[in-house]
Amino acid sequence: MAIRIFRNFFKKIFTNLFKNKKDIKLGFYGPPNSGKTSLVNRICKDFTDEEIGSVSKIPHETRSVQFKEKVEISHKGKSMIFKMIDTPGIATKIDYEDFLKYKLKKKQARDRAKEATQGIIESIKWLDDMDMVVIVLDSTENPYNQVNITIIGNLVARKIPVLIVANKVDLKKSDLKKIEAAFPEYETIGISAKYGDNLEEFYESVFKLSKKV
Amino acid sequence: MSKSKKKSLKKIKGFSIQFLPYSKIRNLDSNERVKKILKIILGNNILILQGKLRPEEETRLIGDTMAMIGHIKNFSGVELAVISGNDKQGFFEKMRNSVVSIITQGDLGAITIIGPATIVKEIKRNPEKIELMLS
Repeated sequence: MAIRIFRNFFKKIFTNLFKNKKDIKLGFYGPPNSGKTSLVNRICKDFTDEEIGSVSKIPHETRSVQFKEKVEISHKGKSMIFKMIDTPGIATKIDYEDFLKYKLKKKQARDRAKEATQGIIESIKWLDDMDMVVIVLDSTENPYNQVNITIIGNLVARKIPVLIVANKVDLKKSDLKKIEAAFPEYETIGISAKYGDNLEEFYESVFKLSKKV
Repeated sequence: MSKSKKKSLKKIKGFSIQFLPYSKIRNLDSNERVKKILKIILGNNILILQGKLRPEEETRLIGDTMAMIGHIKNFSGVELAVISGNDKQGFFEKMRNSVVSIITQGDLGAITIIGPATIVKEIKRNPEKIELMLS
């Protein structure tokens, strides 16, 4: 009995030691075109000098999950290592004809739609693997979108810490208060990934949230 | 799946609204629930479901919907919204409703609206109202 207690005690200590050494998997989720890749690019550029993926005005530019390993974020003398995971925007519908408005050819539009559907399936599968998640919302859009609620509901059910980012606060139509009112139980940070506005507050919140992992 | 074998949604000549009481899905597992819902949607129906799905069932519904796009003619996905009266409840109301939800095995205070994207262009939602914009 005493040996078993002793063995379990050391097993626990060693498990925790290795657990703490693992990089934190930080996922970026949200609807299409909310600026997930722009934000991850901004962070990666700040701390690794490299970007993670391309951005576009055409929705569903990110159509497969993208990673950046070993991103060491430093803030106010503290630093932490993250595995950045940028996911394709989740939607409930994809019509290739919507892409034709952006002057894509029919074949390009069809291919993009097909890849986008697969990307959404991939995003959903990855939900289980995240340590913490940043939900990136477009602050010029209505936040009462079922996709947002569904993603957050899934993260809560999996006990994954969540931070909400209201992106595009540099735009006139931006309404940060509306986002805060829609999700009062979560901390919401208004940022502009495009211009790097308010990223210090964002890093502060990421560090705070990482304590819950 | 070859083109000739592709399933097809009938040309839209109209649509119907179907109400599904929660009792009809209460005893189904997640897979069967999602299948049942998608079957109704693929029949060009707007579904009004009493109660709501679990978060993992909602993501499964989205995933299965994505897998169908491109394989079923004229199908481009769904529009989905859940209206829940529980948004601004106090602690005791939440507790009471949680107990009721456990007993009834579902949140019967909510209503879920799901429609094919070919019929429902958009569901506009805010805390006060919900609007279905039809194509």
